[in-house]
Amino acid sequence: MAENVVGMVDEVDLSRRKFLTTATAATGAIGVVFAAVPFVASWKPSERARALGAPSELDLSKVEDGQMTIITWRKQPIYIVKRTPEMVASLQGHDNMLKDPKSEDSDQPAYAKNPIRARKADILVLIGTCTHLGCLPKQHFAKADPELGSTWPGGWLCPCHGSRFDLAGRVFEGSPASVNLRIPPYSFPTETRLIVGVDEKEKGAA
Amino acid sequence: MAGQQQVSAAGGAGSKQGFRAWLNKRMPVDEFMSSQLTGYYAPKNFNIWYFFGSLALLVLVMQLVTGIFLTMFYKPGEATSFDSVEYIMREVDWGWLIRYMHSTGASAFFIVIYLHMFRAFLYGSYKSPRELLWLMGMLVYLALMAEAFMGYVLPWGNMSFWGAQVIVNIFGTIPVIGSGLVEWIRGDYGIADATLNRFFALHVVAVPLILLGLVALHLVALRQTGSNNPDGIEIKAKLGPNGKPLDGIPFHPYYTVKDIVGVGAFLVVFALIVFYAPTVGGLFLESANFEGANPVSTPPDITPVWYFTPFYAILRAIPDQRLGALAMLLAIVAFFLLPWLDRSPVRSIRYKGWISKLALTIFVISFVGLGFLGMRPPEGAYVVMGRLFAALYFLFWGTMWWWSKADPVKPVPERVTYDAH
Repeated sequence: MAENVVGMVDEVDLSRRKFLTTATAATGAIGVVFAAVPFVASWKPSERARALGAPSELDLSKVEDGQMTIITWRKQPIYIVKRTPEMVASLQGHDNMLKDPKSEDSDQPAYAKNPIRARKADILVLIGTCTHLGCLPKQHFAKADPELGSTWPGGWLCPCHGSRFDLAGRVFEGSPASVNLRIPPYSFPTETRLIVGVDEKEKGAA
Repeated sequence: MAGQQQVSAAGGAGSKQGFRAWLNKRMPVDEFMSSQLTGYYAPKNFNIWYFFGSLALLVLVMQLVTGIFLTMFYKPGEATSFDSVEYIMREVDWGWLIRYMHSTGASAFFIVIYLHMFRAFLYGSYKSPRELLWLMGMLVYLALMAEAFMGYVLPWGNMSFWGAQVIVNIFGTIPVIGSGLVEWIRGDYGIADATLNRFFALHVVAVPLILLGLVALHLVALRQTGSNNPDGIEIKAKLGPNGKPLDGIPFHPYYTVKDIVGVGAFLVVFALIVFYAPTVGGLFLESANFEGANPVSTPPDITPVWYFTPFYAILRAIPDQRLGALAMLLAIVAFFLLPWLDRSPVRSIRYKGWISKLALTIFVISFVGLGFLGMRPPEGAYVVMGRLFAALYFLFWGTMWWWSKADPVKPVPERVTYDAH
């Protein structure tokens, strides 16, 4: 028992105390980081939200030439335009007015990274949310639309902040949006069926 | 007078017996009252600009009380939110009053906070040693912006939905992590039920707790430095024989009484708005929000509520999304740097020179101008004006370091200038 009295001296080993304090604080901090993981991860899209993100389909025979229709995929509006040959022709001749005419900085599948931004020239598929801040650009398909001036080749105008896009969803200079409208993965399981959210025919039969 | 007598009595240990002595032995009630109210000396030359701090506290309490009652009837959820707000408006007894008090209170909060901040600009209340007091206040302002934004989403009207879409997407402009971050905030591939529910939790629990904590810190910092005043001089520098500032008077009863007059005037205006014009012509409640959320139809013009429009106008003044978002961030960050950007030797505008007066005028014009333009569609002359005001706004901040020092200031008096009344 007498030896234990040694443990009651008033001297404190400060360097040992400092080490223990630091080590305890560091362990606690690491613990807090690990404990935060489930809470942070709980904010990710849930299993249900991911399941509801399944592909969407459209029967193309119901869309008239030169008309736009909207379907939703993952709660995003998908613009589908059956482009007439004149509309496809309207894509030429204004590359110098575009921010990203070759879609270098824009978001699209490889098969849509071409001047027409589509797998087939007559079907244009776009995610209809403005790449600026997500509003829905409104259609102004008529050439030289009075609101947009004599050089207007037809396309979309965003009502929120005035971004302008041509009939391939390419953004014009002077718009707040910096990149072209995004293109979702899509494919054609048959000639008249469009499926959005799936890249290839083989995987297409949902 | 009665208050002072009680304090001096309580100060003498054991001079009082009974319940009060019993209480004070266990909890420092009298000591707290004395240090915070009856023994806390505030400058005697406060003017009308000094109403807005206490009014902000009043509005905070009002928002908490009306908010608690709204949560009793509101049901967060894509399918239920909009209908439950209509239910509150039409079927809950006095529900319309509680909701209009809450919606008007949100705008009133920003009005008093903006005026409170302008007071700090006028009299240099952010200058040393009150830098932390200013920073705590700015954090309150930030928390308030988050609170107001999420609160606006809850009714799930079409402007709620599209406002959330636009604001959340601003985070998408951050390089590399942007798109993942946006998905994480939303909890879905678009603004959805998950987003609405987490905003509800943040709006009614998390942010109010943070707000209360920050307000407490703001007051702690204020008690440490003491209030500034319209002359911008330290009243603590001239103490009377009792050790209290010669130019100070006890906060209670003098300023509590003064503040109650302010509360009265405020409530008259507040009641007029709540009862006669709760939407203020679309300024406090936008017409597009009387329609349910519709993910495939944008309202004709997406504009935030008035208190965000100066920053929103800066966002869209710049024709590049990433730079626009950066400019907006910078426009807010600038306020945090104010105590160090202003190098003027005097605090109050009363003794500053013409450069400071001109600069402040330009700042107010550009801020109000941006606020107006943020509510207008981005076309034609509005675009040009937006860029002009944004340039003036940043000119004010960007050159303050120089003009605040070069400004020809006037001599500052020893004691506060004050007419007894």
